[in-house]
Amino acid sequence: MSEQDKILNEVTQNDYKYGFHSDIEQDDIPKGLSEDVVRLISAKKNEPEWLLEYRLNAYRNWLEMKMPKWAHLKIPEINYQDIIFYSAPKQQAKYESLDEVDPELIETFNKLGIPLDEQKMLSGVAVDAVMDSISVKTTFRDVLAEKGVIFCSFSEAVQEHPDLIQKYMGSVVPSNDNYFAALNSAVFSDGSFCFIPKGVRCPMELSTYFRINAANTGQFERTLIVAEEGSYVSYLEGCTAPMRDENQLHAAIVEIVIAADAEVKYSTVQNWYPGNKNGKGGIFNFVTKRGLCQGKNSKLRWSQVETGSAVTWKYPSTLLIGDNSSAEFYSVAVTNNHQQADTGTKMIHIGKNTKSTVVSKGISAGKSQNSYRGLVKVTKRAEGARNFSQCDSLLLGDRCGAHTFPYVECENNTAILEHEATTSKIGEDQIFYCNQRGISTEDAIGMIVNGYAKEVLNTLPMEFAVEAQKLLQISLEGSVG
Amino acid sequence: MSEIDSNTMKYKLINMYQQNKAAIEEGLPDVVNRVRENAIRDFDRQGIPEKGSEAYKYTDLMRAFGKTYGYSFKAPKTDVDPETIFQCAVPDLDTYTILLENGWFYNKSGEQLNLPKGIIVRSFRDAATEFPELFEKHYNKYLESHKESIASFNTAFAQDGLFLHIPDGVVLEKPIQIINLLRGGNPLLVNQRNLIVVGKNSQAKVIVCDHTLSQQNFFANTVTEVFIDESAVFDYYSIQNQHNQSSQISSIFVNQMKNSNSLLNTLTLHGGFVRNNIHVKLAGEHAEANVYGLSLVDGKQHVDNFTFVDHAVANCNSNELYKNVLDDEATAAFNGRILVREDAQKTQAFQSNKNICLTQEAKMYTKPQLEIYADDVKCSHGATIGQIDEEALFYLKSRGIGGHEARMMLMHAFAYEVLSHIRVPVLMERYGDLVEKRLRGEFSKCEGCFVHCN
Amino acid sequence: MVMLKINNLKASVDGKEILKGINLEVKPGEVHAIMGPNGSGKSTLASVLAGNENFEVTEGEVSFFNKDLLVMAPEDRARAGLFLSFQYPIEIPGVSMVNFMKAAVNEKRKYNGQEPISAQDFLKMLRDKKKVVEMDDRLTSRSVNEGFSGGEKKKNEIFQMAMLEPKLSILDETDSGLDIDALRIVANGVNKLKTANTSTIVITHYQRLLDYIVPDVVHILYNGRIVKTGGKDLALELEEKGYDWIKEEVNV
Repeated sequence: MSEQDKILNEVTQNDYKYGFHSDIEQDDIPKGLSEDVVRLISAKKNEPEWLLEYRLNAYRNWLEMKMPKWAHLKIPEINYQDIIFYSAPKQQAKYESLDEVDPELIETFNKLGIPLDEQKMLSGVAVDAVMDSISVKTTFRDVLAEKGVIFCSFSEAVQEHPDLIQKYMGSVVPSNDNYFAALNSAVFSDGSFCFIPKGVRCPMELSTYFRINAANTGQFERTLIVAEEGSYVSYLEGCTAPMRDENQLHAAIVEIVIAADAEVKYSTVQNWYPGNKNGKGGIFNFVTKRGLCQGKNSKLRWSQVETGSAVTWKYPSTLLIGDNSSAEFYSVAVTNNHQQADTGTKMIHIGKNTKSTVVSKGISAGKSQNSYRGLVKVTKRAEGARNFSQCDSLLLGDRCGAHTFPYVECENNTAILEHEATTSKIGEDQIFYCNQRGISTEDAIGMIVNGYAKEVLNTLPMEFAVEAQKLLQISLEGSVG
Repeated sequence: MSEIDSNTMKYKLINMYQQNKAAIEEGLPDVVNRVRENAIRDFDRQGIPEKGSEAYKYTDLMRAFGKTYGYSFKAPKTDVDPETIFQCAVPDLDTYTILLENGWFYNKSGEQLNLPKGIIVRSFRDAATEFPELFEKHYNKYLESHKESIASFNTAFAQDGLFLHIPDGVVLEKPIQIINLLRGGNPLLVNQRNLIVVGKNSQAKVIVCDHTLSQQNFFANTVTEVFIDESAVFDYYSIQNQHNQSSQISSIFVNQMKNSNSLLNTLTLHGGFVRNNIHVKLAGEHAEANVYGLSLVDGKQHVDNFTFVDHAVANCNSNELYKNVLDDEATAAFNGRILVREDAQKTQAFQSNKNICLTQEAKMYTKPQLEIYADDVKCSHGATIGQIDEEALFYLKSRGIGGHEARMMLMHAFAYEVLSHIRVPVLMERYGDLVEKRLRGEFSKCEGCFVHCN
Repeated sequence: MVMLKINNLKASVDGKEILKGINLEVKPGEVHAIMGPNGSGKSTLASVLAGNENFEVTEGEVSFFNKDLLVMAPEDRARAGLFLSFQYPIEIPGVSMVNFMKAAVNEKRKYNGQEPISAQDFLKMLRDKKKVVEMDDRLTSRSVNEGFSGGEKKKNEIFQMAMLEPKLSILDETDSGLDIDALRIVANGVNKLKTANTSTIVITHYQRLLDYIVPDVVHILYNGRIVKTGGKDLALELEEKGYDWIKEEVNV
């Protein structure tokens, strides 16, 4: 016991590896939110009139809305007038080559392990790097273009593919969907857009790295993925932020549209700064992610490893509209110290013979609160719908909380729905068994946690899985007492 | 559907309280009367919970509140002995029988039940005066008024009901059967209030039967508080069997002390609109709670079982199993919340909810909840919604059993898991018969009843 | 030279004294059997030697290769060459046997100042050692002990012993719940691993295992103390007469 306590104390001092910040010249706008700020953002991005209208409409909706209170979270009042809503690294309109990019910026991404130099890249992954409000660099665009795949920053897409953006943006998450979606729709800065044309199997993994750098800023990006009939793409996102004492706001939207026979895999490794061990600082992460399995036989898989953020409010959802469409949700959410997470998924079965699988593994340590909240709904005409949900919680320490709030709604009697949940702790006997084989307590916990999360980690692309595995161990080091 | 909106109804009820305060309070001591004002304020503040709110996500209370009812502040003048017009659907049980009519304790001309020494059965209103110390200690102590709007409504209006006290060390072999009858020529809203105090190291079993005897719209809002002292064993079997025009909100708040053991079993055979609130607080270590329920619903019936098991201290166990069989256009909801508080280590809490929907139109909603703040615990919940197992059905058919009969067998088997936990053997048998009759549709709701209101 | 020296060892659990002064010496190459009725403290002794913190050592010393064993962390005891075959091996869901063993082998190597083993050598080692206990290939690809039958779990313990090549192996009721074939395989495995420099403590209730793993010394543990020590015949005598005569002898 005492030995484990010692380790606990030693290692909870463990620093957040991505906590540096870079001195990069920023183009900021003044703090605060108003119609003028919305107009200013739109103007800075040289947006068409319809998009400005979209933003203003969202802003007006947002003013009428209230912050949702139903989650199992304690969130201090957010002062929206104290946030900078647009901050961009000063840069030229467009980089012709990597030489023109601020070396400090390249260094930042190198430190994050994301080299923007295509020569150094892991082959098979194209990266869009987003710093604060702006997409910095997208790699491998030419290779992708040959196949007709569009992968670029959201702002570029607005300029170059306005028809696609206008057609799909807001079609999955309407601008008045919820409080944070409305906020994002009003002030979103950049993000990624990807379009996979009919019948194309995207030749490489697409990846976006999000980085919050500047102080007092909020980050509001949006991602839009459109997979046409019979296409396939695997998309990854990763997130980090510097250590700062104040909380920073992140409110993103992800929209995915999947046509018949198409398949999208969407993986996230979220490692926003979680705050220090006393709960000071950290990112407030409010994200609306939703996929539309529109066509028949369409498929969507969400995989996520959530270790960061002071507060996480996130429910990647799928609307299963096409007959025989299917969705999977695999999640590991780790909370330590004073982190709070309320996360889960929604599976809405609308089409016939639709299938969904939910595997959620919560791990709570320290004084954190970790909740699974999920909805499985079978609507009246969703004949033959099938769902299996497994929600497990693992507790490390006696001052944390693990909660499950599943909602199961069935309006069709041909459906079969199963939900299982268990809560357990890492057994002292398991740790002792490992000790007796010469494995330290620290490593034993790492092994056991990774074993517990294996089902989810296995769904991640290889490079990500390794990173995620390390992340899990780092996030939990010293948390068993 | 409802004739009135919830806010209007709320003010109507509050107004009724204010107009009739003197009549409500008459004959009752301070211990009951002094909590009314606070209760009505809590009811006012919270109102009639809206459908969609967390505790009433799938239940529209206006199905009960939104109708027109009469209200009586006086005990009914009974022209006939209810016993002569009612025969229980659970006959042949050797029990001590107590009748309540429209929420009022029915005193059989002062006749005493032949109860073992020391056991007290009284009307709620008489007991409140007669046993002030028990009321001071236990009355209105086990429900959190500020969170329980509908129970607060009851507290404000409480005039009568049942009081039961099992003294320390007394073991009652025969069950006590409490028969709640609703009857009369006009629609009626009833607030019944019960208090049960089970002394240290004592044992008792209570069977509660809810019946409607006439065809009016009835709405019974019943609150029962149960205190189970150290090492006591208490069983509470509730059989709900009311007609389709009736509404029922039945709330039980159980507080368990060290080493105590409880079994709560709710069998909902029939009822237009039923909401059961079952709250169990495990307040002493090594206490165990067993919470079971079976509902068989058809037509346009709606049954909502809301359970809350609160593991407040370490080393307690709870087991929960709820099953629903839904036919026709029936809807059912299950909300099972388990809370394991900080330091409630070595908790074992298990919950299971299984449901069968027999038709396209039946709708089932289930919402289990685990909230856990201690780490050395074993907790699990599971929920399934499905149909009768086609493979099992085929297997039975292949052995020559007809389709209809095979279905009955499988449904009975499905229900049996709940019945198997009943700790009164003869009652378990009778439950089995009732369930089978209900499933076969043979069961006119009250065999012995002359009304045949179905 | 003495490998393990236990001097007046007392230990308790939840304030109740279980070991009441154990004295024992084990030299390299020796096989000791510790027998005794249920509740005599056999498994407690094994747990205390392995460093299980549920047991509190209240008095006495234990040295292992002249080092104070009792101050060492459980993992260091293991790395130094002390192996416990658990009576009830623990299941660790999700952790594969291969990863588990690789971590354990490398920890031991690190402790001895060796480089981590190469993947190739490790796989070869895995293959070789599996043969020692006729272990199914299937089992090494599964999670640690998860879903293993009782016999498979015991085989797996001996397989791990083969992998880790300990100096001192303590077999805690390895025979309990084993059918005769499995018992033979497990015992053969132990015998194959035996060298002039390694020692074994066999803890058992019954004599049968000792037909296969022949002890040099037999101790009888009763009520927290070693009450009788003898040669392998003592075990046969016990089998014949039961434990009652020991109890009587001690209680007189």
